[in-house]
Amino acid sequence: MTTITITFAGRTLQARDGQTVAAALIENGVRSWRRTRHGGRPRGLFCGIGVCFDCLLTIDGQAAQRACLVPVRDGMTLAEGATAGEGRDD
Amino acid sequence: MGRAVPVTGATFDVVIVGAGAVGAACAYFATAAGLRVVVLDRAAIASGTSSACEGNLLISDKEPGPELELALYSRQLWVGELAEHAALWEYEPKGGLVVASSEPVLARLRDLAARHRALGITVDDADPAALCDREPHLNPALVGGAFYPQDAQVQPMLLVAHLLRLARVQGAEVRAGTAVTGVLRNGDRVVGVRTSDGDFSAGTVVNAAGTWAADIARLAGVDLPVLPRRGFVLVTEPLPVTVRHKVYAAEYVADVASSAGDLQSSPVVEGTPAGTILIGATRERVGFDRGFSVAAAARLARGALALFPFLAGVRVMRSYLGFRPYCPDHLPIIGPDPRAPGLWHACGHEGAGIGLSVGTGSLLAQTLSGAATALDLIPFAPDRFAENR
Amino acid sequence: MTEPAADVSADVAVVGAGPAGLAAAVHAADAGLSVTLIDAGIRPGGQYWRHPDPALDVDSRAGHHDWQTFASLRDALHRHVENRQIRYLAGTQVALVQPGSPFRLHLAVTVPGAAPEHGALVTAVKAADLILCPGGYDRQLPIPGWDLPGVFAAGGLQALLKGTRTLPGRRAVIAGTGPFLLPVAAGFAETGGQVAAVCEANSPLRWLRQAHLAAQAPAKAREALEYAIGFGRHRIPYRPRTVVIRILGDREVRGAVVARVDADGRTQEGTEREVEADVVAFGWGFTPSLELPLALGTQTRVDVDGSLVVVVDDLQRSTVSRVWVAGEATGIGGALLARLEGELAARSLVAERTGQPLRPRALQYRMRRSRAFARAMHAAHPIPPRWPDWLTADTLVCRCEEVPVAAVRHAVDVLGATDPRTVRSLTRVGMGWCQGRVCADACARLVCDLTRRPLTDGALEATSRRTFAAPLELSRVARLDDSPTPEDRS
Repeated sequence: MTTITITFAGRTLQARDGQTVAAALIENGVRSWRRTRHGGRPRGLFCGIGVCFDCLLTIDGQAAQRACLVPVRDGMTLAEGATAGEGRDD
Repeated sequence: MGRAVPVTGATFDVVIVGAGAVGAACAYFATAAGLRVVVLDRAAIASGTSSACEGNLLISDKEPGPELELALYSRQLWVGELAEHAALWEYEPKGGLVVASSEPVLARLRDLAARHRALGITVDDADPAALCDREPHLNPALVGGAFYPQDAQVQPMLLVAHLLRLARVQGAEVRAGTAVTGVLRNGDRVVGVRTSDGDFSAGTVVNAAGTWAADIARLAGVDLPVLPRRGFVLVTEPLPVTVRHKVYAAEYVADVASSAGDLQSSPVVEGTPAGTILIGATRERVGFDRGFSVAAAARLARGALALFPFLAGVRVMRSYLGFRPYCPDHLPIIGPDPRAPGLWHACGHEGAGIGLSVGTGSLLAQTLSGAATALDLIPFAPDRFAENR
Repeated sequence: MTEPAADVSADVAVVGAGPAGLAAAVHAADAGLSVTLIDAGIRPGGQYWRHPDPALDVDSRAGHHDWQTFASLRDALHRHVENRQIRYLAGTQVALVQPGSPFRLHLAVTVPGAAPEHGALVTAVKAADLILCPGGYDRQLPIPGWDLPGVFAAGGLQALLKGTRTLPGRRAVIAGTGPFLLPVAAGFAETGGQVAAVCEANSPLRWLRQAHLAAQAPAKAREALEYAIGFGRHRIPYRPRTVVIRILGDREVRGAVVARVDADGRTQEGTEREVEADVVAFGWGFTPSLELPLALGTQTRVDVDGSLVVVVDDLQRSTVSRVWVAGEATGIGGALLARLEGELAARSLVAERTGQPLRPRALQYRMRRSRAFARAMHAAHPIPPRWPDWLTADTLVCRCEEVPVAAVRHAVDVLGATDPRTVRSLTRVGMGWCQGRVCADACARLVCDLTRRPLTDGALEATSRRTFAAPLELSRVARLDDSPTPEDRS
């Protein structure tokens, strides 16, 4: 079985080919990867099928991707930050 | 034409038809003046244009004239008598930035700004460096602009809800889901309304039915040339603060003043406390067609990108539409109707209803109590339209 | 950056590659029509037939009772993709549908890089006919603490388990109502987790009242028996008339409080117990995704489970010409019914196009039996009417905008709101990323409970309408009318 290596918030994680980003994070013990806007509350996977938009994170520089829909790829970088414009410097 | 004449035995002095921003403001000021008021709406409160707009309180987009005077009078109320309630409706003195993409447009903008200054309005001319300072993400190709610190924003639904609540505290009744089906008459005089929920007698009936004001007027046998002028708004995903003010292209002023029926579009972009960015504005006369217009959406997007190129990758989450109540001379209708004694109007504010609501309500309360009005109401007279002379 | 493709055209566009969409696409292609199949997921099968990548996993078929059916449809799909009869756009959603002749579907990418089309990105599809199979998703109820990490929709937990056998925790409480709780619990146990309890809000005795309808689907009875045996083996406590009324934890789930309830959902005094768990999954049935049919103006009705569904005739035709709808969108009814409806829709469409006779009776007979079972299931598993009693003032109603129950009550009690739409505008419920998909239905029912007014079909429709069915970049919106923009750079 192919091992896939991904990076999340500076950490290197192992993932299984075929997993979604959300599944890979969860299997690595990361059950939340986002903070809510008002309360700063932790969020991760909820509906699991792309409807609730709770699982948003930045994947390979593209903001606000639904982690439950995107499959992992070797070398993928993940970062907290749901919204386009976060981390912008222009 | 002056004061309201009470009807003996009536529970109310004033029936206000329409629980949108203007009707709510009328109720607030009328109850403050000691009048007994009932507000009727065929649907939920604020379910008309007030729930489909952006909540603008603009000075900058109005040519000198009666509408601008009404806007300035309203502003005095917003920051004066109503200041204690500012937090209730999320009053935000964010300021408006008007921008020009070419020298001729900039010249016209400077001219308008000068005329505004002559009236005591605060305007700061802005060169490209100043534009960038105020709005770092603006297209650097813009040639200049003007900043109006007196432009502001409110949350329109909260405005209507709280004005009605405050009116209730002052003794008003509010009846949602009550449709007006006719007027009651004593000879020539209008002495109340007939509704789906029974009759309401009152010496004064105020038509604050916004885009549907012509229907109410017709029940009383008079014509009001209020027509719908459709507008779409795009709402983006929530973002951290990027757009700080209300930003719009100088061409917008011409669009507002135009009477063209086909699709007019000029960009208006602003951030909200919730983090979403609202993108307007389009104007077209298509009756009450609620179908989505791909052409309008595309024009909105192109206009926004011309002002803020960073928006290219930002996603639209939803869109909504509203029908502005538009009169042929782009002025609202405020005051007693000489053709139907007992009937007053407070409607037809086109795209400025939220901002002008409080001034309208205040003036209406003044005229109903027989007091001198702070502004001359003749320019807003219901019978001013050519067909009625 | 590859240049976006101009419109691609097909005889028929099929939206959704679950049981209904797969069946529809394959049968239409079998008859020689050109098909474009659009699906948000990476692999065909939708939710019901979710499975691991067969190239990577030894036993993809685990947990699927109808694997053979799926496998043959999937193989047929691949064959048609090879012969270019079906253009299969995976990882893609329809963001906006434009009525007209032909229809125009504007697409948004859900998985970057998943839908290469000769190196270009397809941005729009034109088709004369549409078969919409958008499927459904878990219905949700706000529960105190439901926003903690470790709480999942039952379908979401199922997706993790069936997709890649990913266990999101050690010990789970599976709660809600309906037969779907069973496979989720069984799957969690089979994947190596411990199920602390399955909490079914209703009573199994409700089935007896529907026995004549339930009997229409004997295969389902076998399934139920299999689950019962599995539960015994894994020692899974099944607790009827029990609900989770609170989830415990500070930054993530550490337990749940369960309580016994009466037939209306009122909690029984003295029955509250704490259960240790790090996973809580809720299943309250499903509700269809209706944005696309609503945008096209199809007529809708409220089904027996309270869901808004699309009205179709006995050939799956909606009230809008050239638009067929199949699967959960016409009524939640499970994978078999969805597959039959998809097949019928395609065959009906083919018959109209080719003039060839259609013999639908065998299909329709099987569909009637399936529908009867679904109706029985819905009737036996209603959402308990007194669920609002479980809420506290700070329970979040809208997860996206973090709006608590207190704000909804304030809008009704103090601000004079009398209907769900006004509450939404005053509180921002449903105005966040998910645009009310998770919360609007429950909020509407809560508002009706608070105002003691009935929930109208119109109000349900209003909460389901979304012009943008998926978020779409402004650069794409700028080109919806095909005008080139000065900002275009490739």
